[in-house]
Amino acid sequence: MTPRRRAVSLLAALGALAAIPLVAALVNEPFYLDLFRRIMIFAIAAVSLDIILGYGGMVSLGHAAYLGIGAYAVAIPALHGIHSAWVQWPLAIVLSGLAGLVIGAISLRTSGVYFIMITLAFAQMLYYVGISIEPWGGDDGMRLTRKSQLGGPLDLADPHVFYYVVLALLAVLLLVGDRVIDARFGTVIRAVKSNERRLAAIGLSPFRYKLAAFALAGAVCGLAGALLTNQTEYLTPSYMHWTRSGDIMVMVILGGMGTLGGPVLGAAAFLLLENVLSAWTVHWQAILGPLLVLVVLYARGGLWSLLPGGARRG
Amino acid sequence: MTWLLVVEQMLNGLQFGVMLFLVAAGLTLVFGIMNLVNLAHGSLYMLGAYLAVAFLKWTGSFAASVVLALLATLVIGMLVEVVALRTLYERDHLDQVLATFGLILFFNEAVAIVWGRAALFATVPSALGGFVEILPRLRYPVYRGVIILVGLAVALLLYVIVTHTRLGMLIRAGASNRTMVAALGVNIRLLYTVVFGFGAALAALGGLMAGPIYTVQPGMGEELLIEVLVVIVIGGIGSIRGALIGAIVVGMVDTLGRAFLKPMLATIISPTAADSAGPALASMLIYILMAAVLYFRPQGLFPAVRNG
Amino acid sequence: MAEPLLQVRGLRKRFGGLVATDGIDLDVAAGETLAVIGPNGAGKTTLLAQLAGDLRPDAGTIRFAGADVTALPAAARSHRGLARSFQITSIFRDFSTLDNVALAVQAHAGHSFRFWRPAHAERALREPARAILEQVGLGARGEVPAGTLAHGEQRQLEIAMALATRPTLLLLDEPVAGMGLEESVRMVELLRGLRGRHTIVLVEHDMDAVFALADRISVVVYGRVIASGRPEAIRANPEVRRAYLGEEVSA
Repeated sequence: MTPRRRAVSLLAALGALAAIPLVAALVNEPFYLDLFRRIMIFAIAAVSLDIILGYGGMVSLGHAAYLGIGAYAVAIPALHGIHSAWVQWPLAIVLSGLAGLVIGAISLRTSGVYFIMITLAFAQMLYYVGISIEPWGGDDGMRLTRKSQLGGPLDLADPHVFYYVVLALLAVLLLVGDRVIDARFGTVIRAVKSNERRLAAIGLSPFRYKLAAFALAGAVCGLAGALLTNQTEYLTPSYMHWTRSGDIMVMVILGGMGTLGGPVLGAAAFLLLENVLSAWTVHWQAILGPLLVLVVLYARGGLWSLLPGGARRG
Repeated sequence: MTWLLVVEQMLNGLQFGVMLFLVAAGLTLVFGIMNLVNLAHGSLYMLGAYLAVAFLKWTGSFAASVVLALLATLVIGMLVEVVALRTLYERDHLDQVLATFGLILFFNEAVAIVWGRAALFATVPSALGGFVEILPRLRYPVYRGVIILVGLAVALLLYVIVTHTRLGMLIRAGASNRTMVAALGVNIRLLYTVVFGFGAALAALGGLMAGPIYTVQPGMGEELLIEVLVVIVIGGIGSIRGALIGAIVVGMVDTLGRAFLKPMLATIISPTAADSAGPALASMLIYILMAAVLYFRPQGLFPAVRNG
Repeated sequence: MAEPLLQVRGLRKRFGGLVATDGIDLDVAAGETLAVIGPNGAGKTTLLAQLAGDLRPDAGTIRFAGADVTALPAAARSHRGLARSFQITSIFRDFSTLDNVALAVQAHAGHSFRFWRPAHAERALREPARAILEQVGLGARGEVPAGTLAHGEQRQLEIAMALATRPTLLLLDEPVAGMGLEESVRMVELLRGLRGRHTIVLVEHDMDAVFALADRISVVVYGRVIASGRPEAIRANPEVRRAYLGEEVSA
């Protein structure tokens, strides 16, 4: 997909998302607002995973850890009376980024199967730590006493304001991401996926750039975590469970990895599917499972590749 | 904290380690020989536990339920390999992760459909109940002791097979250089299916022995899987010896950490702080261990795969 | 006499039971072209990999431009002025030919932690890249995805990427491998044009290329240098003939 096509498709997607609240009001279903806001939050998480997975070729099974860190970065200050989003959200981003830096520094020394398993192990470690710390809810998790306060007219308690705040953040992420892909950094990351040995031979240290991408991806996912806990007003260590990492990965693949817009589609498809299927049967995962296997085996390009001009390159 | 308590916990650590080994052995071979990331291995462990409970209910005999559960899981394992996994050998790791993740979702839900989501009760067979006095004033559950013995016996059996039989030679060769083995005209497909089935049966054995001690519920496989992955990373991919040593080390560190870290911390910091810090730190121990091993030996302690 | 640009002493590397490099000494003076030849399996590629920084030797030292680089990773060596081409073509297949070279230029034009400006808009990267493509004969193929280039063109791209990093020393691993007669001649002409301006260590099987380019030749057999000297001397050396050249070279 040419950069121009990609930009147009992204704008179209954002436009559609902007229209949802109007549609929801028209059919008098405020639930749609909730659902699509959830979709956008996971879209942010999925896009952040796509940076390292789709563009960088790093199969990280521990990405949900940053969702959790971001969520705790909101809930714990709230517990102590600090409700300002301007404190919580930067904290979420910074802490998640740091965690990504540390986990990446250790994990990226390995590759292949080892890398997958280590990222999984570290995320699960954080999950178990989360369970054991009683003052922060332990196994049961904790409630968010009050939504993050942005100040002024931006009151997240108003569903519409919250919706558009999330949309704005997603839009900024996509806009910046669109630029980063073609910038020097993005080019290097794509080269890492293409041929790491060659990259080192021409003088670029793959480790350094992979680590930076890893930390950045963690930081962005941390923001998604902060938004998620505002959305649910609740937080449990299960946000960090590795099956949650698997879900996010499914969203990226379903939508089309390495396409920036694909993860957005994937998040929508996954959550909408979950919604529809769980209305049929409580055992909807028994359908999702084989469906996933089939998609992996036969429809690798994901949904994005079905768009005009969206065929996966190489 | 008496010495007897320490010994008891060490035995528990050994017992846990032996169970990790049973699941790790099959998985490390699949990683090493077939280069397949199989996240669904924990599901086989879970199936072993569930099937054992079901067969016990059906036949009333513990021995029969064990044999049937092993056979059934062996068959299911081989079926999964032929139907779903064969196409994945050629694919990259990402595809394998996703596909086996899909299998996990399916198996967990399938088990919930048949047996419900609530935990099942598996009881220790009466013949293996009770305690045995292994040291003066130390009485240890017979069942756990049996697990240790069974596990070590299996380890010995695997050692004999791997070093003294033709199959074992193929396994070692395959772990070291699979393309060469295929080039030598060995029926690779059959080898893979056999190895996979074998690994499935081992996992099932671990599962059915674990049943009476831990809870039998959907998702039990994944909890164990993470620790099994740590074992394999520490021990080295493709190496059974690494799996055994790694498993015992991990089992010991984890069990002893959980038992003694909190009381040890409570002597330094306040008891309430230790209440949280203890378990938190204990759950981190094996991962810190893994990180440490990787720092010095990124290929694990006894890697079988030389070239890559 | 000035220190040689590349100085290798006692290099050793074994893989399990196999000794790939068994105590190799080499000197390469600035501006000269050294060809490394030897039978298959002699350890030439392993030698090159150690010189480039892909492989850590078990023992021995490598000095480049007056400094010990034995422990330096490949990317760092590139910044010291060392460039390499691969025996089995190793390029960025999904990038365009021009992008491949531009990335090599980018690697030596400041850091790459830039997140906003598109790299393809940086004239300081594109212009030199275009010039190098012209130099190697790929000027017309810039926009083509590198993976779709013909084999010979890909080998040319390998050279281009090495040149784009403005090296003092070029490590070339079988540059004419797999090429037809016409393509080989073109490649040799290209490399001949680089002689003198760059120091070259050339691993090659094609004897025509070797004798057309080399100032000196080192013969490696079973991981050791059995002879080293000017091409005429090597040609006449009986040990070399026995070990390697046999009847391939007309007396």
